[in-house]
Order: sequence, then structure tokens, then C-alpha cells
Amino acid sequence: MGLLDFFKKIEPDKQKSGFLHTLYDGFFTFLFVPNHRAKARAHVHDHIDLKRTMIFVVYALIPLYIFGMYNVGHQHYLAMGEMTGVGEGIGAKLLYGAMKVLPIYAISMAVGLGIEFFFAYKKGHGIEEGYLVTGALIPLIMPASIPYWILVIAIIFAVVLGKEAFGGTGMNVVNIALLTRVFVFFAYPGSISGDSVWVSGVDGYAGATPLGLAANGWDAVLSHFSTDQMWWGVIPGSIGETSKPLIILGAMFLLLSRIASWRIMLGGVIGMSLMGLLFNAIGANEYMQIPWYYHFYMGSFLFAIAFMATDPVTAASTNKGKWIYGLLIGAFGLIIRIFNPAYPEGWMLAILLINVFAPLMDYFVLQSNMKKRLKSA
Amino acid sequence: MSIAFLSTNLPILLAAVFGTMFPTLSYIVYGLIGLLSLLYIASIFSQKKPKASTAGKNVKLLKKGFDIPVKGVPEGEVLAAKTTKFAIQPKNFPYIFPIPKVTVEVGDQVNAGDILFYDRDNTKVKFASPVSGKVTEINRGAKRSIAEIVIDADGQQTYREVASINLETISRDDLVNFLAENGVWPMINQRPYDVIPSLDAVPRDIFVTTFDTAPLAPDASKVIAGKEVAFQAGLDILRKLTSGKVHLGLDGRVAKISSAFAEANGVEKHWFAGFHPAGNVGVQIHHIAPIKNGDDIVWTLGAQEVASIGALIANKKYDASRVVAIGGNKVNKPRYVQTYMGAKIGELLDGDGKEGRVIAGDILSGEQKDYGGYLNYFDNQISVIGEGDYYEMFGWAMPTKKVPSISKTYFQGMFPSTKLKDVDANLHGEKRAFVMTGEYERVLPMDIYPQHLMKAIITADYEKMEGLGIHELSEEDIALCEFACTSKQPLQSILRQGLTELYSE
Repeated sequence: MGLLDFFKKIEPDKQKSGFLHTLYDGFFTFLFVPNHRAKARAHVHDHIDLKRTMIFVVYALIPLYIFGMYNVGHQHYLAMGEMTGVGEGIGAKLLYGAMKVLPIYAISMAVGLGIEFFFAYKKGHGIEEGYLVTGALIPLIMPASIPYWILVIAIIFAVVLGKEAFGGTGMNVVNIALLTRVFVFFAYPGSISGDSVWVSGVDGYAGATPLGLAANGWDAVLSHFSTDQMWWGVIPGSIGETSKPLIILGAMFLLLSRIASWRIMLGGVIGMSLMGLLFNAIGANEYMQIPWYYHFYMGSFLFAIAFMATDPVTAASTNKGKWIYGLLIGAFGLIIRIFNPAYPEGWMLAILLINVFAPLMDYFVLQSNMKKRLKSA
Repeated sequence: MSIAFLSTNLPILLAAVFGTMFPTLSYIVYGLIGLLSLLYIASIFSQKKPKASTAGKNVKLLKKGFDIPVKGVPEGEVLAAKTTKFAIQPKNFPYIFPIPKVTVEVGDQVNAGDILFYDRDNTKVKFASPVSGKVTEINRGAKRSIAEIVIDADGQQTYREVASINLETISRDDLVNFLAENGVWPMINQRPYDVIPSLDAVPRDIFVTTFDTAPLAPDASKVIAGKEVAFQAGLDILRKLTSGKVHLGLDGRVAKISSAFAEANGVEKHWFAGFHPAGNVGVQIHHIAPIKNGDDIVWTLGAQEVASIGALIANKKYDASRVVAIGGNKVNKPRYVQTYMGAKIGELLDGDGKEGRVIAGDILSGEQKDYGGYLNYFDNQISVIGEGDYYEMFGWAMPTKKVPSISKTYFQGMFPSTKLKDVDANLHGEKRAFVMTGEYERVLPMDIYPQHLMKAIITADYEKMEGLGIHELSEEDIALCEFACTSKQPLQSILRQGLTELYSE
């Protein structure tokens, strides 16, 4: 326990240097689970805590980061016309991608945690770990070419107004990572939509995404990309949401560790499938005619339902509510995707919208529980 | 979507999924997904299922809950304990006037059953001495409240005389007065709120639970051995006190239970099986006839209390003898001891369990005490567990530790074993806002939303509190939710705060 003694020795004084102490405390509790004990009953507690919960989500995201880096590099070299095979120059592609992705991650962490530290110090409580996940999610849903200053402004906006204004971790109404993205989307649309932003480092190269092409029908998509490419994610897109198998891997990990709700995930898949079938049946335009199962291949549905919709703070909190919540996200996302050609990626907006309505779903579930009790009175 | 379309497209779909884009990577990724899926399925099937012994009984099987596997399960014969000091503590009863009227003085000689003090608000509710001996201390707490009245037992155990009554002919009022006069009235617990019942109130029903599922709880058949007649007499008395029924909650987990319970007469029998808290009377009430609101009064008792009440008729004496289970991973010799209500903890432990946290009651909802403390009024177990004063490096990271857990971030939670483990009072984390959802519901076998109820209490939303069923709950019922809580919220204190607010309304 030499390390523990060392850290005990350098602990800053809480009164004299409060901010330093907050910083120290955040770092220290990251290294060591503190010796806090039960003051009253219950005398025993499970070993799970919020840090552990959050870190398990980050574990699930690691494969997406690695693949994201590779894909950023791959798209870059593809646009340059060099090393066009997926197996060629993996080292170079990873290196290029790392140079693009890691700074975004570093900025996301530095800005978000900086705000978190500041508010923790102001409020006089410990640093809460909610941002560990948010900060890891934000880079994955950004294009690699995002200007850093836009990223910084967006994170400040989302964390301050979306979270700290509501009281910090556990109090926010909408998903912070998606709020960051939606801020960029509406304030600086040129940097996150259209055809020219998805491939980094090559000026004037138009790298349309499958969703950008889908308005012209499935054949238009297939003329650019094979289903193979879309499934594995070697296509232009946000950093971390292209590779479907790796997303499924992460989702399985979250389901296994029971961090994420299987009800929301399954509800979302069912909701989107049903809505897709309905659109297939109507078939009024090319977009609607795209077979429903291809929607799993395009865009970020899987990523959104696995990592964004399952945020326990902003999701519905009753089990019945979670079903409805998942179903509605699946359905609404597809509606937005298909009816909004200007911005075909519907799940960001769908989740934010349903986030706001999640308390309403809980309200009805609780009301029925309360009514049952009052009726029998 | 036509079949023809699917038949042309399905190969393309499958080719994509199992395609040749990344041959090696796809083997690895699908292998991992397959492995996780197998683990997921295995973890669902490896969940321990509660068992019911269905030998011709209609057992209600409660699937939710958790038995914390703690080392130091009490076992063996009931041993005699060398206890000399006993105390009755007014503060064991929420909401009674903190300075009761004490009717004895230091130095007085008392018999078992002699009245020590009575409640000033409710002067007929009297509290009796569990043993005969000398009153040696009247200790005061904050604001001159009475903390405890201590009696040194003389070892002879002489009893105060109890008048004969005829249960067939006595009126209900006379019976109530008889019970109050002889000091057994506080043994009856009133729900909601967990208070001593008013002498005028007639309960809708009376519920008696005959088994305890809490960690390290005493075995009911040991507790009731030798008191079978008194137990039945107690049930006969209770039957006269309610306008409804006396419901007996019986242990449906084991094949054979004490004949005192199985062959009890004049009661409604309900068999329950499941993990903790299936033995809690609150859970049983919920499944038999739920409490609907604050005025829906029921009474609850444990088996030892029923036997004590019955002993007034069966043995003509005030019998506060208790079998106490001593257990926990810091106890060298987990055992049962024979003593009386309110025994001194140091004397019961007799040098055992010095290095640990001593808890009067169970590890979930008991009270921390030291060697000089006394058992509370309703306690029939002492648990000693580790204090947990340590720092755990990277405690949030590893999945392999062998700890009692229901969290699936531990292999232990995924594939639970019944192997007993060491526990301690470390929180294993820091207090946070409510973040995770659905984890309380997993361990509470009641149709209640505990997290929303807690939030309603915190925001003082009375209507919602009542609607969400606060009146059905007592601290012990949600103690397991507190164990499971990721955010380390003090649920039992919050619940009591809510009950207090409603009670004082």
C-alpha cells in the first residue's frame, strides 16, 4: 500500500485549496474505492458503484474507437486513391486515424471534465463520473473533420445547459452526447451534414454516405457501396458508428453485464422493423421502398439504440415505460429518416424527442399502479 | 416485400454479414459475439431459482429477492448464556413520547413482568421487565429522554402473578386491558408506520410470520421449540382481537416445519417460498391482503412475540425468553443462545466477535451496537461482520472478485454460487444521485416502484407517496434494495422520513 500512503501524503488541504482538493479527490477515488462505510443500516452493500457502471460502458466502446481510427484513415487514403484495399496499409490508416480521433477525444474529455470539475468544486461535492461515458460517446458521433472550436463550443453548451443547469449527473433530461451533436447540427450544419464532411484531409472530395444516397432508392446506394462495406462500416460516416458487428459486440457486452436495458434495445429494434414494414407496404417513394432490414445496414440506428437510447438517466425508468420508449424511438427515428431528406439521420432527433417524453411514459405507468391501490381502497 | 425479393436479397444480406471483407476480423468478432451471447444465455439459466417444497401445500413462490451468502451461519443446539444485565429501551418504538413515565427507581427489586414504565401519551401501554432482579441504572439520552432501564438479573427468575382469564367468555375490551396490564401490548406492531397499536383500534387483520429469511436469521423451529402450547394460546388471543382473520405466513422452502406452525388452529395459513425478503411480514401482507392506505390498520407479530402473549394464559406468567442467533463472518463460533429480551450484547457474545461491527438484528436492517449495548425489543439475532475500513485499488475495474453481488459486472453476479463469503460494512463506492433504474424492482417481490416512491418522499409529494404504496412498506422490506443500490442511497432512512411525515400529518 505504498501508493496509498503516497497519495494520502500529497492530499491538498480542503479549506485552503478547494479546487485542487476537488481535482485530487476525483483522481484519488478513480484509483482507490474510498473507505466509506455504512453509517446506519443497511450495513452491507453490493460492490457495484457508479464508477464501475460507467467504466463498463467505456469498455464496450473501445472496439469502436479502434475501428473508427482505422476507418478514418481508410476513407482518407481511399479518397486519395492510395492503398484502396481494406487490408492494405492498416498501420498507416490507424496512425492517420489516431491523429484525427485522439485529439477529438482529448478535447472532449478536457472540456467536459473541466466543466465537471469546476461545478463539483463550486457545489462542494465529489466529481461524478457521468461524463466518462458522455465524453467517450461524443467523438464517436462526430465526423473526423469537425473543427475543434465548434466541438468545444458544442460541449460547453451541452454540458452546462443540458446537465449542470439541471443539477448534474443523474438530473439531466436529455442525452448530453446527443445534445452536443444536435447543437453542432443546427448551429454549424455545414460541418456535420452534406457530402463533403465525412472524409477528412481531402479537400473538395464528396464522400456521400449511404443515407445521403438513399433518397434515390436502394439501387443508388448499392451503386456506391456494397452491403458488405456498409455492414462492416468501411464507409464515410461519423467516427464510431459505422461498424455494425462491433456495435453488436458492445451491445452484447452491455446486455451481459446488465448495464443497459434489453427492453429498450429490443423495443427499438421491433419499433424500427414494424415501421419499416409499414413504409414498405405504403411504398410511396423510393426511400420508402428500401427493404426494412436494410435500414439496419445504413446509418447509426444500431449505435443509437445500443448506446444512446439506453442511457438510464434520460430513458424511461419503469420497465413498462422502457418498452414504450424503445418502440417509439425505433419508429420515430425511421419516420424522421424517411420524411426528412435534408437530414436523413433520424435517431439523434428521435432520441432527444423521446427523452423529453420519457417522464410522461413513467407517469402513466405509475398512475396505473397508483390507481390500482386507490381503487381497492 | 415478396418472397421472391427476399430470395434474391437474402444471399446478399448473408454475404454481407458473413462476408469476406475482413476474413480474420469477422471470425474474431463473431466469435466474441457468440461467446458473449452464450455467456448471456448461460447467466440467465444459471440464476438460482427459489425452491418450494410442494408436499400437498399451496405455496406462493416469490421469484424476486436475494439471499446474501454470508459466512458464519448460526448452528447447533441452543446454548445457555451467562447473561446478567438486561435493558428495555423506549427509543425502540418510533413516535412514543421520548420521556416515558418510569414507575421504578434505581435499587428497586422487580419480578419478571413487573411494569417498568408506561407511555405518557397512552398511559395504558405498559412495558414490563423481562427478568427478575434489581433495577441498577436508568440511563438518560438527549433532552432527558430515557435511553434505557437496566435490570441486573438475580438468576432466580420469579414472575409477577398473572390473573386467570377465560378466553371463551372474556370481552374484547377486558382482553385488551389484560394484555396491556401485563406488559405484552408493545409486542404487537401496527402497520402502517410500525407503531404500538392504540388500545381502541380494531385491526382489519393480524399477520404473523413464522420464518425469517434475512441473512443469518435464526431458524424458526429452534426459536419456538418448547413454546408450542404458548404459541397456539397466543393465536387464540389474537383471534379475539381482530374483526378479520389471523394470517399465518409459513415457510414453504423446506419440507418440514415445526408442528407449532404447521398444525396451528383457527388461522389462515399461507405458505411462502423464495429468497429474502419472502419471510418479511410486509411482503406477505402484500400478497395476502395489501394495506390500502394510512387508516387501513393491521397488526403484525413474530413467532416469539405470539408465544410470549400466549404464555400469559398457557403458563400464567410473563415470558420474555428469547432464542438469539449469533452469526456473521467475524464470529468464531456461530451459535444459538437462550436468553431474555433486551440482553446485554457483550455478555451474549462472551468475548467473541471483538474485531468487527456488531449489529443487533440482521446485517440489512439491524442497528450497530457495541459490547456495552443491549438487544432491542424485537431483536432475536446478533450479526458481526467486518468493518471494511480499507481502500480498494481500482475497485471499479475487475470482474472476477468473489464477493456477494447481484451485479452482473461480476462473474459472481452472473453465475451465483451458494458458497458463503466474507462481508463488511464498506459502501464499495460513493453516494450518488439516482442513476440506474430497475435494480430495486429486481429484489423486491412486491408490485411497488421503490425508486419513484423514494423520489416522491424526497420531494414531499404526499399523494404520490400514498399512491405508490408507502403504507405497505417498512424499513426491513426495502433493506435489500439498499444493498443493491448502485448510488448508495440510504433508502431505509428516506422511507422512515416519509413515514414520519405522513404519521405526523
